[in-house]
Amino acid sequence: MSYEFIEGNEAVARAAMKAGCNFFAGYPITPASSIFQSMLDLIPSTGGMAIQAEDEIAAIGFCIGAAMAGRKVMTATSGPGISLYSENLGLATIGETPMVIINVQRQGPATGSATKGAEGDIQFTRWGTSGGLPVIALSPASVAEAYELTYHAFNLAERFRVPVTLLSNKEVGLTRERVDLDAIKLPPRRERIKVAEDEAFVPHGFQSSADVPVMADIGGEHIVRYTTSTHDQVAKLTTNPEIIGDMLAHYNNKIINHVDEITRVKEDFETGAQTLFISYGVTSRSVAAAVETVRRKGRKISSLVIQTLWPVPEKVILEAMQGIKKVIVPEMNLGQYLLEIQRLVPANVELVGINKMNTTLISPRQIIEEGGLL
Amino acid sequence: MTTAAIATYLDTENIALPYCPGCGHKSIVKQLDKALVKLQLDPKKVVIVTDIGCIGLADRNFMTNTFHGLHGRSITYACGVKLARPELTVIAVKGDGACGIGGTHLLNVARRNIGITLLIANNFNYGMTGGQHSVTTPDDGVTPTTPWGNFEQPMDLCATSSAAGAAWVHRATSFDRDLPDVLADAISQEGFAMVDIWELCSAYYRPRNDFRRADMMAMLTENQFKPGRITDKPRKEYSARYFETYQADRNVREDRSKISLQFEHRLDRQMGIIIAGSAGQKIKSIATLLGHAAIASGLHATQKDDYPITVMSGHSLAEVILSPHVIEYTGIDEPAIVVVISMDGVKQAGACIRALPETSTIYAEESLELPDTNAQVRRFAFIEAAKHVGKLSLATVAIGTVLQDTGPFPLAAFTAAIQKNQKPAIAEVNLKAILAGAALVNPNAAIGL
Ligand SMILES: Cc1ncc(C[n+]2csc(CCOP(=O)(O)OP(=O)(O)O)c2C)c(N)n1
Ligand code: SF4
Ligand SMILES: [Mg+2]
Repeated sequence: MSYEFIEGNEAVARAAMKAGCNFFAGYPITPASSIFQSMLDLIPSTGGMAIQAEDEIAAIGFCIGAAMAGRKVMTATSGPGISLYSENLGLATIGETPMVIINVQRQGPATGSATKGAEGDIQFTRWGTSGGLPVIALSPASVAEAYELTYHAFNLAERFRVPVTLLSNKEVGLTRERVDLDAIKLPPRRERIKVAEDEAFVPHGFQSSADVPVMADIGGEHIVRYTTSTHDQVAKLTTNPEIIGDMLAHYNNKIINHVDEITRVKEDFETGAQTLFISYGVTSRSVAAAVETVRRKGRKISSLVIQTLWPVPEKVILEAMQGIKKVIVPEMNLGQYLLEIQRLVPANVELVGINKMNTTLISPRQIIEEGGLL
Repeated sequence: MTTAAIATYLDTENIALPYCPGCGHKSIVKQLDKALVKLQLDPKKVVIVTDIGCIGLADRNFMTNTFHGLHGRSITYACGVKLARPELTVIAVKGDGACGIGGTHLLNVARRNIGITLLIANNFNYGMTGGQHSVTTPDDGVTPTTPWGNFEQPMDLCATSSAAGAAWVHRATSFDRDLPDVLADAISQEGFAMVDIWELCSAYYRPRNDFRRADMMAMLTENQFKPGRITDKPRKEYSARYFETYQADRNVREDRSKISLQFEHRLDRQMGIIIAGSAGQKIKSIATLLGHAAIASGLHATQKDDYPITVMSGHSLAEVILSPHVIEYTGIDEPAIVVVISMDGVKQAGACIRALPETSTIYAEESLELPDTNAQVRRFAFIEAAKHVGKLSLATVAIGTVLQDTGPFPLAAFTAAIQKNQKPAIAEVNLKAILAGAALVNPNAAIGL
């Protein structure tokens, strides 16, 4: 056993290196800057590059260019920077670019409170660019999970050729905790799936709609075409509604048809429990403490912690709600994921949102009180 | 074996060049092709990155790698590709409109000297969206958005780029016979090279303003815009410098952050500690050492810091939780211990101090005035003790007192953390400080260490 006492942001950088990240571009912003700092410590010794761009638009632009030229890329920011990423997130989606985006959430809107935590960007992440296509986003509750989920984010980005967002929080990113990173079990690292040198290359080639097209690096043995404009499988611009519809279905289906594969949750179910917590991120830890207190009083209670917020693991949520009379959803925002639960919750089930967005954590006590669990 | 020379890099058979009759873009695309033919570059090693706008359609006909990006951002993708693969020839092609929305990229790529070639198809208006004015629209130019004539100063893109540090800058027109040579020259530069190519939009700017080639040339002198080579001051390209700079640093740092179990703790429940003081009192780093020592003693630990965004003024506050069990909630609703060592700290922790229960203990610098509280208050001469130890030792002195008094883990765990993590000169001061603090509750504290 060998422990470290590190912040979530450092864990993100360490996981990125473990996942094979070899290009980072960012722009300074609290509470995400220390990710860049850690990358600059770690990446050059492996032949990779970490660069400070002139703004977040350039940072994500560098990343997209580098990713298409074969790099495994990551960028990190907070709400104001995510706002500037918006248009390029659409580009990465239509261009099917694997990349990892770290959002260390802070209290917004706008500049808000730079040094204070929040989870106000949950729906923003889902609907963060024009077009409304599905996204993949993961939410860590702890430093250990920041490590684990960043690594998964890289694997998912390669698997599905999409930008994957880690929805961290100042409360994770800048909190130090005891961790043993070597003890965290990780699946094999997913390398980019590339077309063979002697095979024809179709930049967005798929047989069945949900297939994920193989890639070729710009500068390799194939000519690569990439475009922000509506295009067909060979990346040629098109106005043919049928082809356009097929391409959009492809971007959608390659994620939606693989929800089960993407889904990561933590289940703590008790048979006979009639109350279920659904939570994510740092708030799920307050839920864990509340669950312990409630159980100590001899009452049954269940908890579902969602690590992959997007796409919504609907099946798992529906299953968890079976036999449940009351669902409690605490969040460090005004009720964002609650909207997703609301559309899934059966009519006879009571749904309670516990919401706080004043820069402080939701405490186990507040959860017990407002959840009616005294 | 010699491979046949490449006769063209353009495919105009399968995709017609899309421009209006008389559009300068068509000429620019053809001259770029000629430049590539002259250079005979492997198309697989060439990347043409375009922007949005009519000129943004230029990549479609090239049989090289192509990247058609967002409006104003072609430079950023081109840089990304170039940084990832410095061996490639990366050519960004954008319009004058793009120079407005993406102006910062124009400045910064020049300044950094990233080795891409930037070609600006400068037709003095936004062709694609209907001929609105751009950053280069001439004085008095009539466009849909300057119906009474433009009164915004046209931007000298070459002078701007040069001022920002561009290594190689050239101003040309689409009519220049030597344009392919100029473009080939630009493409062959190691560092950043830019060509501002003046041309005519036959659908909008030219007919609306009866603006012809001669007017374009007249505009040069009227505005004192220089033609031809503006700057030619080669310097080392960015990627080369990057790897040179950082490869010297290739030896991975020795990992001092690993903590092994060496001591035994004495906690049976979670303990929340708040250390409240001022910026510059080393509160953050002492709190981290506290965590290290606790972990080396088998405890779980968390640390959060609170300070104003102007880090060198005002309060500095650290929240540390030590626990024999997994720590779920990382907030401290009722700290067992509050350490206050400055007035900033008292102010910042004021509400917390007032709300403390009797079971909490405050370790306060004796000279500080505290708000009313139910907590036990213990006052110590921290400042006086720290004076004898040295600068920046106040927080450590106070922690020495707390550890000696409450004993969550042996004092030796803390001194070991200091020795492992701090530079010898600083460690020496802090070791003395710990003992001085401990001595405030037990004069014999040093014995046994
Ligand atoms: C963010 C954004 N804003 C606005 C537009 C609309 N738009 C498309 S092309 C263009 C102007 C292009 O002008 P220029 O770069 O000079 O190219 P030209 O059409 O003259 O060749 C604008 C504003 C856009 N595509 N994206
Ligand atoms: S609108 Fe102007 S810039 Fe666009 S193709 Fe026509 S002439 Fe060229
Ligand atoms: Mg233009």
